[in-house]
Amino acid sequence: MNDAVENKFILSHLWVAFGAFILACFMGVYQVLERSGFIEALTSPSVYFASVSTHGVLMAFVLTTFFIMGFGYYVASTSLKIPIWNKPLAWTGFSIALGGTVLAAIPLLIGKASVLYTFYPPLLAHVSFYIGATLLVVGSWFWCAIMVVMFYQWKKANPNQPVPLAMFATTANALLWLWTSAGVALEVLFQLIPLALGWMDTIDPGLARTLFAWTLHPIVYFWLIPAYTAFYVFVPKQAGGFLFSDEMARVAFIILVVFGLPIGFHHLYMDPEQASGWKLLHAFGTFVVSFPTLITGFTVIASLEIAGRLRGGKGLFGWIGTLPWTNPMTLSVILSLLMLIFGGFGGLVNASYAMNAMIHNTAWVPGHFHLIFGGTTIIMYFAIAYYFWPILTRKPLFSDSLALIQLWTWFIGMAIMTTPWHVLGLLGQPRRISSVAYNSLLTLSWDPYEFVMIFGGFVLLGSACLFIYNLAKTQLSSASAEFVQQVEYAEPIHAVESLPEYLNDFKLWNKVIAVLMFISFGVPILQFFFMDTFGSSGWGY
Amino acid sequence: MHIDPLERKWAYTALGMAGLFVSIIMVDALIHGINAPSHVETIDSARLHLSEEFAEDNLGVKVDAEGAITVRMVAGRYSFYPKHIAVPSETKVTFRWVSTDVLHGVHIPMTNMSTMIVPGYVAQVTTSFPKPGEYPVLCNEYCGLGHDHMWSNISVVAKENWTAPTNAPVTGDAK
Ligand code: HEM
Ligand SMILES: [Cu+2]
Ligand SMILES: [Cu+2]
Repeated sequence: MNDAVENKFILSHLWVAFGAFILACFMGVYQVLERSGFIEALTSPSVYFASVSTHGVLMAFVLTTFFIMGFGYYVASTSLKIPIWNKPLAWTGFSIALGGTVLAAIPLLIGKASVLYTFYPPLLAHVSFYIGATLLVVGSWFWCAIMVVMFYQWKKANPNQPVPLAMFATTANALLWLWTSAGVALEVLFQLIPLALGWMDTIDPGLARTLFAWTLHPIVYFWLIPAYTAFYVFVPKQAGGFLFSDEMARVAFIILVVFGLPIGFHHLYMDPEQASGWKLLHAFGTFVVSFPTLITGFTVIASLEIAGRLRGGKGLFGWIGTLPWTNPMTLSVILSLLMLIFGGFGGLVNASYAMNAMIHNTAWVPGHFHLIFGGTTIIMYFAIAYYFWPILTRKPLFSDSLALIQLWTWFIGMAIMTTPWHVLGLLGQPRRISSVAYNSLLTLSWDPYEFVMIFGGFVLLGSACLFIYNLAKTQLSSASAEFVQQVEYAEPIHAVESLPEYLNDFKLWNKVIAVLMFISFGVPILQFFFMDTFGSSGWGY
Repeated sequence: MHIDPLERKWAYTALGMAGLFVSIIMVDALIHGINAPSHVETIDSARLHLSEEFAEDNLGVKVDAEGAITVRMVAGRYSFYPKHIAVPSETKVTFRWVSTDVLHGVHIPMTNMSTMIVPGYVAQVTTSFPKPGEYPVLCNEYCGLGHDHMWSNISVVAKENWTAPTNAPVTGDAK
């Protein structure tokens, strides 16, 4: 069900994603070097902040959105065994998103949008940055619509049948993204673009931050869900076993989507414009969403255990040794889970309402999200790419051993880079600084950690280059066109014959989300229209 | 729906852990009063100099008639004003921070004096510093190209050696 045209369409998405990725990795290494202050000649705040803004946008918005769209199209057409619905519409979405990316990249690269990827007003970028970012999101909405249509096409053709888990997860992500992106869309359309164009003189930064917080938490699940999807639907088969539980996987995805949305205020713990009661409510929800992650960890490890035992592993831990460590997908999931354990620990610290004060906006925070986003999540994007490339290009992977080296070095590089980054945060170093200009003895303690970080950055860059090299070599090789491989979805140990409708559809859950969003964001947003607030004018470039 | 007994046990364990963490946070917040800075109070950032409270001679450390210490600070690209303040150790100090321009954040490393400073709002934090010493006061939210240079100093003076600044006490509406 996957013809050459569809393959090309999906590869286009993935190449945009990985093109953005490799460019951003080069910027990342420049950044670790520059911020250390070790090389005098490199020091330049204007270049640094243009670079961090671009690196952040490329990694957080471009890599992810294009990867997720390409992944979703592939999963939809192969798991449902129907062609991608309305290809012209799909290409239109792709073009809008790509056009938006280019439009935003221009001001970013020339330093007219050095507002970082969170673009907190009243700092103001050139308007084309906001319009470009909006178009990127609008393009992704086309993808969301196509996923939802295909989900219902299949359900109509297969009444009372369980929707394949891979598609259930992908549709969950499309709905999640529609809900998630609404917050930032409101901010950009009603505050930032009018301010940047001079239609409005002032805006309320408190309201802007509240709307952004709506998006800022669930967006991380938008990035993470493809990784979790791979955990459930590819890993068990690749490791040589079965999925431990199909139903619990659905429960996990539903809870992620439903409770991932109404909890964004954990990004506003330190903010003056929201009261402590609302923050506590969101703190509560934040701990609720640790549940699906803990369930996922259990199910994945249990699935791996089944695989290890089927392969002859004995004893309490013997099955770990018999896992196929040389299978890229299996290796990735092991490394991904290891990073999740450490990153999850850091996340608990961040989420803890009062402890947050200790690490808020310190170097700990980029340390944390490089580990869990750049590490846990992105290593699964690599695994998926290694798995899909031979299928999509109809050529065998250029080098399996290079892939294994790449995955290991990414893991090692992340460990080397993010451990000192966390420590720097505990030693009080703020995030987002281009140099250490404080005349304080405290800063002397930072130097050794900066040094280690730089080393980690180079390991990561090397690893990223290996990744791109392997994919490019695979695609450009003149290997036989006969090579045909099919994607294989994992089977659950207990086949699901029928499911209650709430585990096979989202209608109920959309209503639940609407109610929860109203409860947790209704008053906090409406308060700005009832309080006496004072606007701020923009500070542009 | 089929749930393996082992997975069911794990699910309860996971919920128990989350419940434990949440309970600790709730006890801290609701019983011990340990809260994040959440003092929803608006102010016109464009007219701070005209406001009574944040007029220039009112900034810095003030002690009111009851002996309560309030520190009023203004953040503006790229410094905190006043540039240096001194407060006593082991004593409750209430900080009131405002911004004249964009978003800033302030953190005194090794302490829990941390808050965002959002233009249009007063950020209020009450804390006490257990250890005397010299501390930097760092801006920790990107506020423009000079962000790296945005910092000032605070001396935490041993309680017994500290003397209140001499100017007359003012009465702010610090609650
Ligand atoms: C070669 C590997 C990488 C290196 C050396 C690197 C390095 C850096 C550095 C030094 C910063 C600036 C942080 C600051 O000033 O506080 C940064 C920011 C950022 N990085 Fe990376 N990074 C790498 C890979 C990644 C990956 C794989 C992702 C995610 C997919 C990522 C996402 C981000 C984001 C979103 C920001 C913006 C943070 C902000 O605005 O505060 N990075 N990176
Ligand atoms: Cu979050
Ligand atoms: Cu700053």
